[in-house]
Amino acid sequence: MTSSGAGSIDCDVHPTVPDLRALFPYLDEVWRESIEQRGILSFESASYPPNAPITARPEWRGANGQAATSAADIGRHVFDRFKSSLAICNCLYGVQLVLNEDMAIAFTRALNDWIAKEWLDRDERLRASIVVPMQNVEAAVAEIERLAPDRRFVQILVLAMQEVPLGRRQFWPIYAAAERHKLPLGIHAGSSYRHPVTALGWPSYYVEDYAAQAQGFQSQVASLISEGVFAKFPALKVVLMESGVTWLPGFLWRFSKYWRGLRTEVPWVDRPPEEIVREHFRLTLQPFDAPAKPDLVERAVAHLRSEDMLLYSSDFPHWQFDGNDPVPAGIPEGLRRKILVENPIATYDRLKTDRPQEGVR
Amino acid sequence: MARHVVAPVGEIPAGGCKLVAIGNRAIVVFNVNGEFFALNNRCPHKGGSLALGYRTGLLESPEPGEYRYSRQGEIIRCPWHSWEFDIRTGRSWCDPQRLRTRQYPVSVEPGSKLVEGPYQAETFPVTVENDYVVIEA
Repeated sequence: MTSSGAGSIDCDVHPTVPDLRALFPYLDEVWRESIEQRGILSFESASYPPNAPITARPEWRGANGQAATSAADIGRHVFDRFKSSLAICNCLYGVQLVLNEDMAIAFTRALNDWIAKEWLDRDERLRASIVVPMQNVEAAVAEIERLAPDRRFVQILVLAMQEVPLGRRQFWPIYAAAERHKLPLGIHAGSSYRHPVTALGWPSYYVEDYAAQAQGFQSQVASLISEGVFAKFPALKVVLMESGVTWLPGFLWRFSKYWRGLRTEVPWVDRPPEEIVREHFRLTLQPFDAPAKPDLVERAVAHLRSEDMLLYSSDFPHWQFDGNDPVPAGIPEGLRRKILVENPIATYDRLKTDRPQEGVR
Repeated sequence: MARHVVAPVGEIPAGGCKLVAIGNRAIVVFNVNGEFFALNNRCPHKGGSLALGYRTGLLESPEPGEYRYSRQGEIIRCPWHSWEFDIRTGRSWCDPQRLRTRQYPVSVEPGSKLVEGPYQAETFPVTVENDYVVIEA
């Protein structure tokens, strides 16, 4: 079977940390010993339970049930099978859940160093997001500064739900660093579980947690715009990852409508939120949350009223689709081309200049 | 278009307004520090009465956290959904090109001139000693 995604830039793939001990070479002795002493086994969060179907497509799981545990796995599937030319690694290991700031900083640094060494060094087609310890803004900025010179890091990665809304001014030094280094802020589905994953309180079931992620994304979009992040950092781009897509137009209609009557609360928001979103926000393609009928897909995408917003992603190894084509049928051909290559390049500044030559593998 | 004498100047104080009916049209006349402006009273959104709106100024921001408040009394917020309209132009703040309420020309005329007029709709006596608000609608 062939994929028509040849040359595409996959903006969301997930390396799996096979075992906490994989990070040992990148941790100081005090933390290695602490892990042994405390008996910490893993930092997998409840966002992607290892055995949940969504966590990995069955055919991509290895003998121990894990998927995407090596750069070769991504090579086999994302590059060989889906024919992508580049892929951005977003590691979702739960370092954001750690409460101890020193420990969070140490584990985040180790995770990023592990990504550079075990993934980026092993396949020149891989890029990665800088995981930042949002537990401490100063340390998050320091981590960006430490890694920004390595141009294989193309984005900053945070979770959709954390302790405090992302628009708050306490986080602005992070956005200043993002703008300075031309790194988009990537907001990925997931939670640091400081609060219930719905505004109602804790749900009983995983299906509620996963389906309700869009609520978290909506609130972050509203927070970033309302607090004036884009008035302050006009070059900042934000990528919503694994967010779904079709919830956005309806939300923007409401948000822009209410802004008309409430805009004096936020006078720095001097144009309709929907315009700000079309300029500053991008979304990865999978999971694409629309019916499979091509005409309905086409209509759903048209509601975005922009051809610049969608970025190709397989969400490998998460099980979001079957077959070899992450692009749902119904996406018009011209838009498809933009989604596969042009939009990612326009979004990730570092891919413009650091892209491998055509045909180089 | 005909000219209508709608009020003696003293009837609409600075910061105040008067709702008048001309034919089947409701028109609101605002006094902004001695200048008069007349707008169609119907909010172009859903038809709220602008005469009943909240009178305020223009709030802008050069950057987040900084508030620049100017033109006190020159903005009317519709009482229904708080959309803002510029009393001087009838244009909305949120979508000034497409969303606006109709503006009518206003002048202040001395009574001495009006007694000769081709003027209409006086419902009060016009005297040569007073000035009057006249709208063209």
